[in-house]
Amino acid sequence: MNCAESEILMHALVDGEVDAVNARKVEEHIASCAACAGKLAGLRALRAAMSEKSLKEAAPLRLRRRVEAALPSPAAPPSTPPKRFAPSRRTFFAGFAAGTALSAAIAASLVLAVFGNDREQIIAGEVVSAHIRSLQPGHLTDVETSDQHMVKPWFNGKLDVAPPVIDLTAQGFTLIGGRLDYVSGEAVAAIVYRRRNHVINLFVERRSRGGSGGAKAEAMQGFNVRRWTQQGLDFWAVSDINAVELGEFCAKFADALRPGGPA
Amino acid sequence: MLDRTRAPAWTKRRDGMAEESEEDKARRFRDAALPHLDDVFTLARYLMRDAADAEDAVQECYLRALKHFDSYRGPAMKPWLLAILRNVCKAEFARRTLQPQPADPEEDGQSASAPPLWQEAPASPETELFGRLDAETIRRLVAELPPAFRETVVLRDINNLSYREIAEILGVPVGTVMSRLARARNLLRAAWLIAEGSTP
Repeated sequence: MNCAESEILMHALVDGEVDAVNARKVEEHIASCAACAGKLAGLRALRAAMSEKSLKEAAPLRLRRRVEAALPSPAAPPSTPPKRFAPSRRTFFAGFAAGTALSAAIAASLVLAVFGNDREQIIAGEVVSAHIRSLQPGHLTDVETSDQHMVKPWFNGKLDVAPPVIDLTAQGFTLIGGRLDYVSGEAVAAIVYRRRNHVINLFVERRSRGGSGGAKAEAMQGFNVRRWTQQGLDFWAVSDINAVELGEFCAKFADALRPGGPA
Repeated sequence: MLDRTRAPAWTKRRDGMAEESEEDKARRFRDAALPHLDDVFTLARYLMRDAADAEDAVQECYLRALKHFDSYRGPAMKPWLLAILRNVCKAEFARRTLQPQPADPEEDGQSASAPPLWQEAPASPETELFGRLDAETIRRLVAELPPAFRETVVLRDINNLSYREIAEILGVPVGTVMSRLARARNLLRAAWLIAEGSTP
């Protein structure tokens, strides 16, 4: 193998896209060629730096709402035809407020329609609806602070449990406050975190509704939902961040809650 | 134009399938497509290079995807959506005809109009570090790559698609994906090193 071939194939090598035979050929060449070895090292450094900088961009919430509102819904078809490419800024903003409310209503009714009778699924649907409601302007937090020692006492006397409030800022999830919410007519604690531009709602209530109690992850209406039970409490985490990061959030929260855990 | 989205690999109709209601279809589409919104938006940002245009393109992409959802039969939703998004962006550029995308992207990388940033990479000591630039600067450097290289490196390194998926989206052989990717990363690396040099 010569340097020109090696320079192309080393990319496939770091991407895991090369078969075993060619991988060996490239590696053999690189072992005996300082120039290519330097290039490979540079390539690996570039790849590593790019992946740790998180270059993927989160879709802004207004775009998510706009797309959801533009898609037809079985529950309540939008009364205006969806805008085609390049509407003027003005029409976009004029339709924004209506679209937001509409999409929340659609999402809420859809969720109920989808998940029939299964109790846990109904609760999951309500939790997603509560998450969507919380994203409406001014609905996110009743107590807004990143201090866990202010959020936790705020729930005193409002609930029959003392929900655990854990600051996960060091782990990449910023505590931004708490809120009293209702799921299936029962008061629950909602602890609100932020990850980049994404909001994570963590709903906490006393374990009383039955259900399997096992940990569970699913996607509903484009939101990821995870539930688990710990220390006699039911937890539901809802967000538009990807499933992997939401899983990471839940794992870190559960770890910190465990006796002898980091927090 | 839309025909490009009907690549053979994912448009085979299953025969004898019961007609599903519009409701089920819309619901199925939302569940399948909305989780990829960040990926679609990211590619749109890099292709359109303007936030408002990117958002318009994303919405158009989802509307088209829904329209063609009947003919979607896998294998994966993300590359299918990204292929549609790319077509939306290309159509928009064609419509504007202000700065038409070059028909032959290989040419573009070499063209004289490319920014002077694109020089051969300086000698690469093992000590070279790519850590000092913030994400904003890196995004800008990626955004300044010539279109054919930009889309290839974004699809691979940011959207995390496989070579084969990228080849299907771009409508080129896998070998072309590999050579464009190599060229794209070399350009990016060179620009990166220069930018680091200018970082105080």
